[in-house]
Amino acid sequence: MDLVSLSSTMLYSAFVLYLIATIFFSATIGKKRKESNKGIAGKIGITLTIIGFIAQIVYFITRWIASGHAPVSNLFEFMTFFGMTIVFAFIIIYFIYKLSVLGLFALPVALIIIAYASMFPTDIAPLVPSLQSHWLYIHVTTVSLAQGILTISFVAGLIYLIRQIDQSVRSKRTTWLEIILYSLILFVGFIVTTTAFNLMNYNATFEYPSGNNVLTSEYTMPAIAAPSDGTLITEDVMQPWFETPEWMHGVDAGRKFNTLIWSFISGSIIYVLLRLLLRKRIGAAIQPLLKGTKPDLLDEVAYRAVAIGFPIFTLGGLIFAAIWAEEAWGRFWGWDPKEVWALITFFFYAAFLHLRLSRGWHGEKTAWLAAGGFAIIMFNLIAVNLILAGLHSYA
Amino acid sequence: MNKIKCECGHVNPEGTVLCEACGKPIEGNQHIEGNDEKKLLNMRYDGTARRSQTYNKSIIDKTWSFFSSVKVGIWLIVLALIASAVGSIFPQEIYIPADAVSRDPAIFYEERYGIFGLIFYQLGFHNLYGSWWYMILIALIGVSLVICSLDRFVPLYKALKKQKAKRHETFLNRQRLFSETEVVSGDEIQKVKARLKKQNYKVRDEDGHILAEKGRFSRWGPYVNHIGLIIILLAALLRTTPLFYTSEYVWVREGQQMVIPGTKGEYHIENKDFTIENYDENDERFSDAITQEGGMVPSNYQTDVVIYKAEESSVPGAEPELKTIIEDDIRMNHPIEFDGYTVYQKGYQLNEFTNMSFKIHETDDSNEEALGTFTIDLTAPESEYELDNGFRVELGQYYPDYYLDDNGEPASETNFPRNPAFVLMVYPPGSDQAEISFLGIGKNIDATGENEYKVGITDFEMHDVSGLSVRKDYTLPFFGLGAAIFMIGVIQGMYWQHRRIWIRPKKDGLLLAAHTNKNWFGVKKDIEKAISDTNIEMVDDQQELDEQN
Ligand code: HEM
Repeated sequence: MDLVSLSSTMLYSAFVLYLIATIFFSATIGKKRKESNKGIAGKIGITLTIIGFIAQIVYFITRWIASGHAPVSNLFEFMTFFGMTIVFAFIIIYFIYKLSVLGLFALPVALIIIAYASMFPTDIAPLVPSLQSHWLYIHVTTVSLAQGILTISFVAGLIYLIRQIDQSVRSKRTTWLEIILYSLILFVGFIVTTTAFNLMNYNATFEYPSGNNVLTSEYTMPAIAAPSDGTLITEDVMQPWFETPEWMHGVDAGRKFNTLIWSFISGSIIYVLLRLLLRKRIGAAIQPLLKGTKPDLLDEVAYRAVAIGFPIFTLGGLIFAAIWAEEAWGRFWGWDPKEVWALITFFFYAAFLHLRLSRGWHGEKTAWLAAGGFAIIMFNLIAVNLILAGLHSYA
Repeated sequence: MNKIKCECGHVNPEGTVLCEACGKPIEGNQHIEGNDEKKLLNMRYDGTARRSQTYNKSIIDKTWSFFSSVKVGIWLIVLALIASAVGSIFPQEIYIPADAVSRDPAIFYEERYGIFGLIFYQLGFHNLYGSWWYMILIALIGVSLVICSLDRFVPLYKALKKQKAKRHETFLNRQRLFSETEVVSGDEIQKVKARLKKQNYKVRDEDGHILAEKGRFSRWGPYVNHIGLIIILLAALLRTTPLFYTSEYVWVREGQQMVIPGTKGEYHIENKDFTIENYDENDERFSDAITQEGGMVPSNYQTDVVIYKAEESSVPGAEPELKTIIEDDIRMNHPIEFDGYTVYQKGYQLNEFTNMSFKIHETDDSNEEALGTFTIDLTAPESEYELDNGFRVELGQYYPDYYLDDNGEPASETNFPRNPAFVLMVYPPGSDQAEISFLGIGKNIDATGENEYKVGITDFEMHDVSGLSVRKDYTLPFFGLGAAIFMIGVIQGMYWQHRRIWIRPKKDGLLLAAHTNKNWFGVKKDIEKAISDTNIEMVDDQQELDEQN
């Protein structure tokens, strides 16, 4: 077996192991089970998680050897690595606080992110000159580690919210909680549709003008939104319903917009089906299972993860990033959207810490802030590449 | 000043909330930290008197109070956050793409993004991060940082130095972690003390009143990190002065040697060769990805250069002598440095024309035998060329980068010889009547159709041009220092915690209380370890948990 296929097998194994570990972690909650059985389930869960993590490290190392550079240079590699750091952060926090329920939520988040990553081209790509620097690895790995740890803060906050928010009446808080859960389901929607159309080998090609050139765009999902001014040149496929707004520029803006629409459609369908099945808000359905968890411990974890993650984020996302930018471009700071959003993340968590320390924002407020921080991180990982880049015509 | 004397004998400055020595809440001042409404004492700054909370009369007092409020600080941070986010919606002015219809921001934003673009531009978001109000916002955060830190640091420092092990009863029972034990033996207390010491607590015992403390230095973390931030802001200020920072961009042709701008003529650069390399598309590892990218993925941009330093010649007034100081290549991620200057590979232009050679022949001559030849150096064209056999050629018009503009008139798109075209006036020997020819690449037009002589391109040479950026930045060490101090500060404040455990004897038993600035889980574990197999009650967490509401 060659290295590249060994590498992808290992990633696949890690994925499956995390999935099984999640099932064991789900046996650690609920009222009916015996405490001793919960303990055993938790132990098996964390063991499987660690084995999965090791498998993912093997994936990482073998891919590194195969390509000659650390696999953190495109969206697939980077997001996969982010999934790995979430698991790593979870393992660390688990051994500090022995809180099994974290695994039940942290692993699915990691799973969604890894699955999301593998929807993007997975070919090993060579490094363009601007990326050929050791600072690339140093910067990306520290940022990613920090984001993994901050994700654990979100996970703890999310469990806190599901456990604590009064579900007997509908309120702003229940609605926002549903929005958080719905957003996570949108990722599942994206993964399901991408996989389904991939299996069908769907393909439709568009031509569209860009400046003085005519470009082509390959859709792998039926076109709901065509590129702006685009013409469909594949026959016997679905006709687009409308065109992508003109102000969405950038490479393949139409295709990305179309994918977004599909993710919303399929994610919403999944959400509605779940609601019909459960006959209540998703938050309300999970809530009773979490009665055994201690809210102040969750609050502590949500804060502690930020206390650990914030310095690492500053180091990787601002300081190492600046050193690298200085070496590559001769400017340590250039106000490009990625940099701006790293700064926004930094400001956000600085505000988080001050609110907690000086204004006594504990418990639920901390939990909402942790969710807000995660939203900013995901925005920087996904939207800045896919949406702002579209507006900025780069990438 | 109205000093306040506590019943323990300690004299506290005006505005103190909790006695610096024994921690007893000082009557009449409890509203300052909101202690009057809650069971638990607010331990934020150990109840010290802060200027901002104490004086509120003069304008200075009010300004001081305003900037020392963390609420204000957070608002400033949040405003900066929102502004930054809005500024990232559309590209900043410097990132307007080269292929835009117009790079004039007044046109670009509206043309491309419609009404939102127009609003974005008119509100000045297109140059947000250099705008005066964004800078003022950041400066205000700086002011707030300084005042806020001073307001708290000094009193907190004093209070933590003065604190006594002997604490007032209300101080203990209004801590978040608290327990009361009825009967304890002296042995057990000794055991607890020994165990706390083993966990690296500094233990003080004043007549049976015990204070175990560790990680106090972590309390200075926030102040250290704020100092780091202030240094960074000052460095940013310095950077706006040309004394500390200059930046130039130069285009250097292959073979060209020139003075490096911004170095006062002291340094010269010679471009020996520019190369661009692509990945081998047959490389098995990358072939799929390269195909996806359309077959060309660059692997290297490189300029081989020689840097010279001009040495004052010993003869006054003579040309300075150039001494080679560096012979190296500049690549991305591999700039070269000398004497505080750094030179970066930034851009390139392939295949510009260096010179073009022409011959003149009779229009009817099918052999096109040359009657005369000349060469135009495109980097320094002359206005007239005298040929050996009496011909004279005047350069009527020269378009370095020829195109037909909107009116169908010939024009030059740039000043770089990328697509040169010429209007040549050919004066045959002895004649002062010129024949006009228009010549370009693939074009040779005779204006009247009656020319006796024709000009043809016989040869040309080409070169590449490197775009190099030259910087001098003496602020980098300051930024580095600020960043390092910031990191030390956050790590100090975040990865260590200030934990205190108090024991106060009471009849046969004792009161036990603990406080930490973060990680309550950790301090509880410490206490559990210290009191295990003694009679002492484990502390209760008295926090008003918000799950009750
Ligand atoms: C972006 C700018 C800022 C950053 C990155 C920053 C960072 C920090 C950090 C990391 C802490 C420690 C928090 C903790 O231990 O949980 C802290 C504490 C603190 N900061 Fe800031 N800060 C900033 C701006 C400000 C401003 C503008 C103010 C003033 C209003 C301020 C006032 C404080 C105070 C009062 C503390 C608590 C000190 C203590 O309890 O001893 N900070 N800051």
